[in-house]
This record gives sequence, C-alpha cells and structure tokens, in this order.
Amino acid sequence: MIPITLTVNGEKVTRHVEPRRHLIDFLRLDLGLTGSHAGCEHGVCGACTLRVNGKIMRGCLILAASLDGAEVVTIEGLSESGEVADLQAAFVARNAAQCGFCTPGMVMTAAELLAEGGSPTRGEIREYLSGNYCRCTGYQAIVDAVEDTLRSRGATP
Amino acid sequence: MKWPSMGYARAKSLAELWSALEAHGDAAQIIAGGQTLLATLAFRLSEPGTLIDITDIAELRGISSNGQVLRLGALTLHADLCRDPLVKAHAPLLAAAAPLIAHPAIRNRGTLGGSLAYADPAAELPACMVALDAKIIAASAKGERRIPAAAFFTDLLQTALAPREIITAVEIPLTGRLAAIEEITRRSGDYAMAGLAATLVLDAGRILAPRLVYFGVGKVPVFAAAAAKALEGRSLDRASISAAQQALADDLDPPHDLHGPPEMKRHLARVLTERVLLGFLNPKVQAA
Repeated sequence: MIPITLTVNGEKVTRHVEPRRHLIDFLRLDLGLTGSHAGCEHGVCGACTLRVNGKIMRGCLILAASLDGAEVVTIEGLSESGEVADLQAAFVARNAAQCGFCTPGMVMTAAELLAEGGSPTRGEIREYLSGNYCRCTGYQAIVDAVEDTLRSRGATP
Repeated sequence: MKWPSMGYARAKSLAELWSALEAHGDAAQIIAGGQTLLATLAFRLSEPGTLIDITDIAELRGISSNGQVLRLGALTLHADLCRDPLVKAHAPLLAAAAPLIAHPAIRNRGTLGGSLAYADPAAELPACMVALDAKIIAASAKGERRIPAAAFFTDLLQTALAPREIITAVEIPLTGRLAAIEEITRRSGDYAMAGLAATLVLDAGRILAPRLVYFGVGKVPVFAAAAAKALEGRSLDRASISAAQQALADDLDPPHDLHGPPEMKRHLARVLTERVLLGFLNPKVQAA
C-alpha cells in the first residue's frame, strides 16, 4: 500500500492505496464521490474526465498512488464552486443530459474550453468534446449548451 | 478490466532511477504519463512487476533552444507542444502534430518521451522526429548517447533503447525547413489510418532534400526514399507531385490491418502526398 496525501475538492485527504487503484475507483469507492463515472476504463470514453492540478485528465488513466501532493477537482467540486453554473443551466435548458452518464465528463471538458477563453466555432467545440462519448448520441444539444454559454459569456463565434 | 496487482515506486532523480531499475530488474516498467501503458494494463496486455514513476525527475523536463537545436525534455506534454512559444517558433511541425494526438484530457498528461518509447507506427510524433531528422537522447547508468530518429524505431513497437536505458530528451536541428503534417482518421483523435509528416527546402521553387515520412503504413515510420529522389531538384508542381506518388510504390509495403487492405493504404498515402505537397505551394506555409 502506498501512502498519499492530496487535496480533493479543496479538502485534504490522506489514504493508503494499492498501486492498481485508479483515480476513479479511489474517488468512488474510497471517498464516496460518485460524480466521476467509470465507463470504458481504458481512456476512450471520457466519462471519468476530471481536473488534476488544474487541467482535465482521464481519471481511469491515472494511478491514485501517483497523486501524492496533487490537487484534484471532481464534478462535485466544480459544481459547488459555481464556476460552471451557467453551463449547467444551459445543459438543462437545452436538454443536453439524456441518461446523464456522460454529463459530468462533458461538463468538465467544456469547463476547460470555457476557461481557455477565445471564441471557438461550433466545429471547434465539437473537436474539443470529441474525446467524450455520449451513447444517447445527444451531441447536438450538448454542443448547443456549450455554444450558448460561450455566447452569454461574450464570445463571438 | 481492472489493472493487475503490481508495485509502485517513484524516482526523484536519474540517480534514483538507475538504482530502482537495478533493484527491480526485469520486473520494472517505467511509467511517465501512462496514457498508453495504463490502457494496455486494463487490457492485461502486460503485467509489470513494479511501475517506476519518472514524472518527478527534473532532468527530464524543459524546452530550450541554444541557436542550433531545440531541446525538448522527455516529459514534455503533448499539450506543451500545442502551445509552447519556442516549439511554435522552431518546430511548428510539432505544434501542428500535437493537436492530432487523442483528445485534450490525454494531451494534458501524455508525454513526448512516452510516445517515442512506445513507438506505435501509426503515431504522429515518431514520424515527425524522423521527418525533422531529430536526435533521440538516451541515457542509462553508463552514460548518454544520441540516436538519430531514423535509426531509433527498429520494428513494430521496438526501439534502439537498451534494457535500463531511457529517453531523456530530443534535439531538433534548427534548419528553417518547410514542414507539414496531414493524416486520415476515421474519427478525430484516433490513430491514423495513414499519415504523412514532411519537411523540405524550397529554393526558388525547387525542392531540396525532401523528407517524406509516412505513418500508419508499416512497422515503423517509413522514410520514402524513392519519392524523395523523384522530387529532389525538381520544381514543386503537379508533375513532380505525380512522380513522387508513383515512386511510393517502391517505398511502401503496408500490411493488411483492421482499416483495410494494403492497396487502400497506398491510395491514402498518395492522397496525403498530394495534400501535403500542394500545401507547400500555399504562401501561408510555415518554416520548420
């Protein structure tokens, strides 16, 4: 077991983890934070997308054991911070969540696109979200929601 | 599938890495960003005894230029290649290639050294290194050596690295050559069905020392010597491009893979050749 101390959604956490534990199982099973979803568990679907040290990453492709000293923000922390309250409202308004399984990862990824500033086109939004799969195939509404949020924040696509 | 049971250790310096590799012997597997390795563990394609994490080793970081070469540390992230000003200025080929790799969340953790060491023949960065005539700097407890990229990729997923030797950095000569990359994928972010990274000099419209390197069409990045010969010294136009496309028949021997038969790959390579070379006639092309 490897001892780690890290910050999760602003709170300091100390645990012992097995090397085979990935970050998503650590969050869901050890800390009870079930907002980050385990989908394909090999880096393809994007349902496990979260922030590590300020940048989005695949939680299923990160060893929990490697995160000593890291800062992790999950969808729970991002929601609580209010940073993407407008994006989340746009997801509701546009009916961009169907079954909802991909939604946390979609919001985490879109949050990074929003944080980068700039005025991405619809095509560029699609490209940015292309590593996040929605198996309800509700992409149109998801891109609409992101586009609405960009516009309301002053981007001029 | 969940990852197999394994050990984990962190090396904080190259000196610590050499002792860790010595201590764990053949059971040791180096991990950097892990964006390929950890996916292969989920498929149980390998079951390493102990992962040795090198991401804390400061000697493996950094992007710098000394006027002759651009040096990129092995831990340079794909995301760094997308936006670093030195990369943009001195190796725009890499700035153009990096956004083609996977997706933002992967590019924020995957590393240059990891991609080169894994040596996937359909990956962008190995082909770019050959096209740029880069040197791979390899180090072990015994010291350091420089390996030309063209000699580094030896076979499918195989490199010239010796056991217990790692990539510490790459050096890219600052030549000001023109460069471009194009690829064809089924979906954005996938490995290429076929791709082409190319560099050349255009001297008053004449092509000099072209390096056309195809990926996704063989066991390693393929330097197209016959196509280069067909272009050398000629003016860049439809006729010379067509000659290069024909010469590719001697350069490429693509395997049948899940994307389709060899002839489809040859066709894609010819299409890419035209796209890349015509692109050099566009005044907006950037220098390598």
